[in-house]
Amino acid sequence: MDVVLLSRIQFGLTAAFHFIFPPLTIGMAWLIFFMQTKYIKTKDKLYEQMAQFWLKLFAISFVVGVASGIVLEFQFGTNWSQYSRFVGDIFGSPLAAEGILAFFLESTFIGVLIWGRKRVSEKFYWFSTLMVALGATMSAFWIIVANSWMQTPTGYHIVNGRAELIDFWQAVFNPSTIPRYFHTITGALITGSFFIMGVSAYLLLRSYRSQMAQKSLKIALVCALIFSLTQGAWGHYHAVQVAETQPEKLAAFEGLFETQKGAPLLVFGIPDVEEERTKMAIGVPKLLSFVAFLDPNAEVQGLKEFPKEEWPPILPSFFSFHLMVALGGYFILISLLGLYYLYKNKLYSKSWYLKVLLYSIPLPFICNEVGWMAAEIGRQPWIVYKLMKTIDGATFTVPAAQILTSIILFIVIYGLLFFTWFFLIRKKINEYNEISIGEVQEG
Amino acid sequence: MSLEFLQISWFFLIGILFTGYALLDGFDLGVGNLFLLAKNPKDKMAMLESIGPFWDSNQVWLITGGGALFAAFPEVYATTFSGFYLAFMLLLFALILRAVSIEFYWQIKTPTWQKVWSTNFFIGSIIPSFLYGVAMGNILQGIPLDANFNYLGGFFNLLNPYALIMGVFTVCMFTIHGAAYLFLQAPKVLHKKMLDLVKISGSLYTLLFIILTVWSYVKYPRLFNNFQANPLLFFIPVLVLALMIYVPYVLTKKPQQSFVITSLSILGSLLIVGLSLFPYLVPASNNLLNSITLYNGSSSQLTLLVMLILAIIGMPLVLFYTSYVYRKLLKKDERIKKQSANLSI
Repeated sequence: MDVVLLSRIQFGLTAAFHFIFPPLTIGMAWLIFFMQTKYIKTKDKLYEQMAQFWLKLFAISFVVGVASGIVLEFQFGTNWSQYSRFVGDIFGSPLAAEGILAFFLESTFIGVLIWGRKRVSEKFYWFSTLMVALGATMSAFWIIVANSWMQTPTGYHIVNGRAELIDFWQAVFNPSTIPRYFHTITGALITGSFFIMGVSAYLLLRSYRSQMAQKSLKIALVCALIFSLTQGAWGHYHAVQVAETQPEKLAAFEGLFETQKGAPLLVFGIPDVEEERTKMAIGVPKLLSFVAFLDPNAEVQGLKEFPKEEWPPILPSFFSFHLMVALGGYFILISLLGLYYLYKNKLYSKSWYLKVLLYSIPLPFICNEVGWMAAEIGRQPWIVYKLMKTIDGATFTVPAAQILTSIILFIVIYGLLFFTWFFLIRKKINEYNEISIGEVQEG
Repeated sequence: MSLEFLQISWFFLIGILFTGYALLDGFDLGVGNLFLLAKNPKDKMAMLESIGPFWDSNQVWLITGGGALFAAFPEVYATTFSGFYLAFMLLLFALILRAVSIEFYWQIKTPTWQKVWSTNFFIGSIIPSFLYGVAMGNILQGIPLDANFNYLGGFFNLLNPYALIMGVFTVCMFTIHGAAYLFLQAPKVLHKKMLDLVKISGSLYTLLFIILTVWSYVKYPRLFNNFQANPLLFFIPVLVLALMIYVPYVLTKKPQQSFVITSLSILGSLLIVGLSLFPYLVPASNNLLNSITLYNGSSSQLTLLVMLILAIIGMPLVLFYTSYVYRKLLKKDERIKKQSANLSI
């Protein structure tokens, strides 16, 4: 098999697996921090109990994120060495910054959260939660910087056959960094909120009187509503930026082959690359023009403006993007409905709604994954947009058999890891009961 | 700041990051190497508790080292990581297993569960301990490179006697370092059989250091160039050797002091590695002219400068809060005594 294809499969696989966990833990960290703060302020034991319960689930998930994250940091060198040589002067710095400014912070204080509850004061424990949340959120910043530079590179020039830095801040704050960072972090907050909502709903279905679950559900519901609404704004901001800086990516997302004024936003369609048109298209007229350029009659460039060999794979870009948008809409509706039941005082006993919440737990995870697929597949065939093609970035000195071996091992290990994680999370949830809640761990 | 000054600074800063990893993660790797020898589940838990709060931040030294290497010397990062492909994959699988073992082990208290995760913890510790030395050995003796720094060998070239012995050397190094840490934090778990193994590792550590030094002198004399140019530097290996000879003694007679001694010996050994390599980063064994040096493998002046500023701001902060949390979470004397008292009941 082809070495480049194998490296792509491995990178996609390991990145997708890793990204199950960071959004969950980033989102949860802030909600747990909120609970801890409430506890410090009110001294209400319920909040402490709550924070401790969610911390257990948080800790189990955090460690899988840590374990699978190391792979990504090393994989640029192992499988993408030509890329690494070409961009190292720029791309390496955010990774190093992530280590120095973020990983040390979160890893030092996660030790306090998991192992040190009885060895430190309540204030310091609270502070540690904040540091973990902050560290995780900052690490997301640096990795988004690195990835955004691949999408919209700025602040460099090409000399000595490689990209060299000429302006650090321009490279850091390239056109897509800010929209993508807030888009991603908000996605993480939605993921954490929906996870806490779903698990609380499960606990309430078991015993609707659980104070801890009621309070958790309420907190998470309010967060879910706030963040899924703001996500609409961030999504729009990001779309505007894509329209400006990567027009063929937007065209692929929307299955737009012909350049047109007043372009529609498709709700459904099946792009046909052969015939260069999107079949069975159902769309809202002029909405794409409006969303992308704030003018219903603005001209949106279609794929035909660009050489066909530089088109991203249309079908996966189109469907992953549309699934993400549809899920985003669902998150808003479901949280609004929850707010209505909360207002009507029926939230904790509406069992069908609680069931919907429980089965909605995977949806934000899927949304995160397809969002990234849209972002990364939509950038193809480039590894660095308009600078280097993916095919030229791969390592060519490693035999295909070795990469195939590592892919198989990753599938086996990650498969086992995922089931163990799921099993442990379920077990810890089922073990919960109101009276005998224990601490996370103490030595 | 001149490019050359920045390149030399980064050579040593990268060295500091990988040394930090060996000093810090070294002891929890060592605890992992000894883990299966623990007498009972209670002892295992005591071992885990001693490293539990720290292993993650210790490991970040390696991750940051990797990131800094990518940023400062992308050619080295690209060449070694792709050249040592299978070795790196093995390292990654080990680190994945290790991370989850430490946090999964105590979640469920059934024997089968704990057996699975203690075995994984051991495997996840011994493999990185060994590969650290294998990588060091291969870099020291050089690897075949073409003019574009692409690795010309295969996986099995990496498994040569010199590198393998260096691997055994680092396994011994981390094992005694871990034992020295346990003397301070969980002395009761060090029963006789475990101590015997630790002492053997201590002696082997010293012996292999001598063997590897002589071997290098005979076979790779270029590693001594810097020492011959500045004979004062010979003071360092002599001092390290003295420390190492002291190791078996200190482990038996003054175990409380052994952590300082093992730390200094690790520091010294890695300093020797750095001084032997300088200014090479990856010497080419087939033709020294193809080597990656700190001059031809580095990033641009601006990147090195930006990174230096970042390190100067960031690292003191890291050292500050890391040492603060260590002081807060390390077990104090009374606690260890209490633990010992509990165990003797």
